[in-house]
Amino acid sequence: MTDAVAHAHGAAGGDGPAYTGWYAAGRMARGVAWAAVGFALGVALLAVVRNITGHDGWSKEASICAGYLLALPGWLFGMGMWDGWGREWFGHKVKHAPSDWGRYFSFCHDHKVIGIQYLATFVFLFLFAGLFAMVIRWQLLSPNGAILTNAQYNSVMSMHGTVMIAVAVAGVAGSFGNYILPLQLGADDMAFPRLNAMSFWLIPPVAVLLLAALPMGGWDTGWTAYPPLSTTNGTGQLMFNLAIITFGLSSILSGLNFICTFIFMRAEGMTWSRIPVFSWSLFAMAWIALLFTQLFAVSLIMVTLDRVAGTSWFNATHGGQPLLYQHVFWFYSHPAVYIFVLPAFGIILEILSHLSRKPLFAYKWVVGAFFGILGLSGIVWAHHMFTSTMDARLLKPFLITTELISIPTGLIFLAALGTIWQGKLWLRVPMLFALGEVFNFLIGGVTGIFLADLPTDIHLQDTYFVVAHFHYTIVGGEIFALFAGIYFWYPKITGRMYNERLGQWHFWLMFLGFNFTFIPMFWPGIQGMNRRIAEYTPDLQNINIVVSVMAFILGASFLPFVWNMLASLFRGERAQANPWRARTLEWQTTSPPPVENFPVPPLVTGGPYDYGVPGAAVHAAPAYSAAAGD
Amino acid sequence: MVTTGNEAALRTAPPRQAPAYGEAVHAGHQMPKSKRAHINRVALWMFFFSESFMFGGLLAGKFYLAGAGHDAHLDQFLGLLITSILLLSSVTAYQAETAIKHGKTGQCVAWLFLTIVFGAIFAVGVGFEWATAHFSVHEPFGTAFFAMTGIHAAHVISGVFMLVLIYRLVRRGRFGPDHYWPVEATVKYWHFVDVVWVFFYPALYLTTW
Repeated sequence: MTDAVAHAHGAAGGDGPAYTGWYAAGRMARGVAWAAVGFALGVALLAVVRNITGHDGWSKEASICAGYLLALPGWLFGMGMWDGWGREWFGHKVKHAPSDWGRYFSFCHDHKVIGIQYLATFVFLFLFAGLFAMVIRWQLLSPNGAILTNAQYNSVMSMHGTVMIAVAVAGVAGSFGNYILPLQLGADDMAFPRLNAMSFWLIPPVAVLLLAALPMGGWDTGWTAYPPLSTTNGTGQLMFNLAIITFGLSSILSGLNFICTFIFMRAEGMTWSRIPVFSWSLFAMAWIALLFTQLFAVSLIMVTLDRVAGTSWFNATHGGQPLLYQHVFWFYSHPAVYIFVLPAFGIILEILSHLSRKPLFAYKWVVGAFFGILGLSGIVWAHHMFTSTMDARLLKPFLITTELISIPTGLIFLAALGTIWQGKLWLRVPMLFALGEVFNFLIGGVTGIFLADLPTDIHLQDTYFVVAHFHYTIVGGEIFALFAGIYFWYPKITGRMYNERLGQWHFWLMFLGFNFTFIPMFWPGIQGMNRRIAEYTPDLQNINIVVSVMAFILGASFLPFVWNMLASLFRGERAQANPWRARTLEWQTTSPPPVENFPVPPLVTGGPYDYGVPGAAVHAAPAYSAAAGD
Repeated sequence: MVTTGNEAALRTAPPRQAPAYGEAVHAGHQMPKSKRAHINRVALWMFFFSESFMFGGLLAGKFYLAGAGHDAHLDQFLGLLITSILLLSSVTAYQAETAIKHGKTGQCVAWLFLTIVFGAIFAVGVGFEWATAHFSVHEPFGTAFFAMTGIHAAHVISGVFMLVLIYRLVRRGRFGPDHYWPVEATVKYWHFVDVVWVFFYPALYLTTW
């Protein structure tokens, strides 16, 4: 139930069998087996209930839902949650996960292991969904579609969007949030380590469901899953619903964990005004994940009920209201973009300050801006619905609240500029990505104004202008920060330095490829080229060929990245504990940190960014001794 | 270099034994029990806060879809009866928590048993309401009614399941005045499920336009 129980039973250490990675593989197989048992049980139970109430025992979608409801705990308990957690609910002692490489494949509580699990999973998913983007651009080389049928195109487009949204939600927050947050706060783990492990192990079923949807015909609604299409299309849609509800559960539990860690796990002396800005951004982000994600789940539960149980939430012929879906859905899904971008802002502000050797400009205003965004995020959702048939009296209020968001966002942008102003910029790869992010986000923000304003939005709604805009904010604003964070913390996480030259290749290819893909894409949007459609008018072919070729360069930019990451892992130069000579706490321990993070609990005595401030106290003294090496 | 006192601690503190991976290797070990309990309590309230967004969404969805009215065929007596029983179960749950805080295991077992029985009666009552309802799931009010009572009943059933687990552990004497958090957490969850019904019941049974 909670971690308190674990402590009451005490931790039994070292008296178990000798664990190996193969043991973890066995656990994995057990998880799959129990998932299968759970699925069969769920299907059987539903069949019994349906028979009693006079229905046919097997009903495809209802049976899948019932099976999945029991398959999910089957997977979790089978793969290690029973041994590590569930046993004590029944009064037994818990068993422990392996300690060798197998820990990366098991129900491990260590926040650093979980951070790496998230990072590896989501970088893989990013590259996977990127391949789908390449297919989309290949298709759009020709106005009539180059390779795919229209139905296939819809599935490919939906898969790209859905997986990339998942990467945007958990790619930064899940990996660096888990790995870096406790380190920056001087804690030795998250507030709820087992809940944390559970949050991660809910992710593999999400991926399996999304992949399983493809042979079932995929889903053609994009990631937004609007009814009435989503209540009437193939079974792939149901897989999507179950996957995203599971993913939402993982988000909510992570958000809860981040908030508790942030409030309660800070080291001695880590006052509110000494907390690094990345941790602050995670704190603000976590509230959105905790509260608003529920509404995404509600909207998809409603769709699922319409499909499975015959309710008429969105079935207009029985008095349903399809517009209700859009309200509930966007009530989460607009705040979700701040789940993407708040931690990204945190990362780039960190890097800009450390690598220009200057205090973070307007630190307190930035923190205030995070909460301004958090507050406003809940009252802007209907700007996605300007061309829907909602009440016209709602239009102007949502226009105004949407424009208001540019005030806190602008504060953050100005803080970034103020930080590098007259700084001594150290143009290493993370710094390049951070500067690139600032540039991209400016374009993303400015083009957003046209979509927030009613007269222009009515023209631009559902065109490639929108596609270009949100790629500038999500890829330009967040994915660039993801890569900035990967290069910045790579030495801390792996204990090795990445290859600077390959990193520079990656940055310039990605930055130029990205901008030359999406700047031209605004044009067909203004010309009225519809997003999500497999075909377009022939007069737009030339510009689409340009966009596609540039997109292939953007795709190719990840080849040096992948090679760099893998080769440096084995052959990279050994990293020092603090290669960036940064002040924050994660750099004051060894690379990689020991299991307990800090040999002794750190004592924080000064601000995190007081570079070059005369007489400033250190943030915290290094917690590694010379005898232990770096 | 500015002295922080940390360096001295480094020199004098014996190297801490690195615990095996997978153990609960976190500050919980050094943290006083009272702080651990405080974190758990805050986290539980935040979980309720989060869940209330879900129930709030359903409630808003009901008014959007079906307006403020309710179906004339609802069995008002049954609704009032199961609502009363659910509210009563909150009282017995509270009594169970108080008993274990005072170390009275036997009383706690008895109150928990009553709570489980009341919870089960409520779930059966909802099932009976479903079986005898005169309105269909295909119409707007029926949609809201079945979805909201169904999702609420799922919470009730999960609460009963947790109460049964706790009941077993209390009977084995696992909890006492200095360690009763799992009992407290389960009872708080039960109260939360009750409070949700306090909003759902008038929205589904009583309001009219």
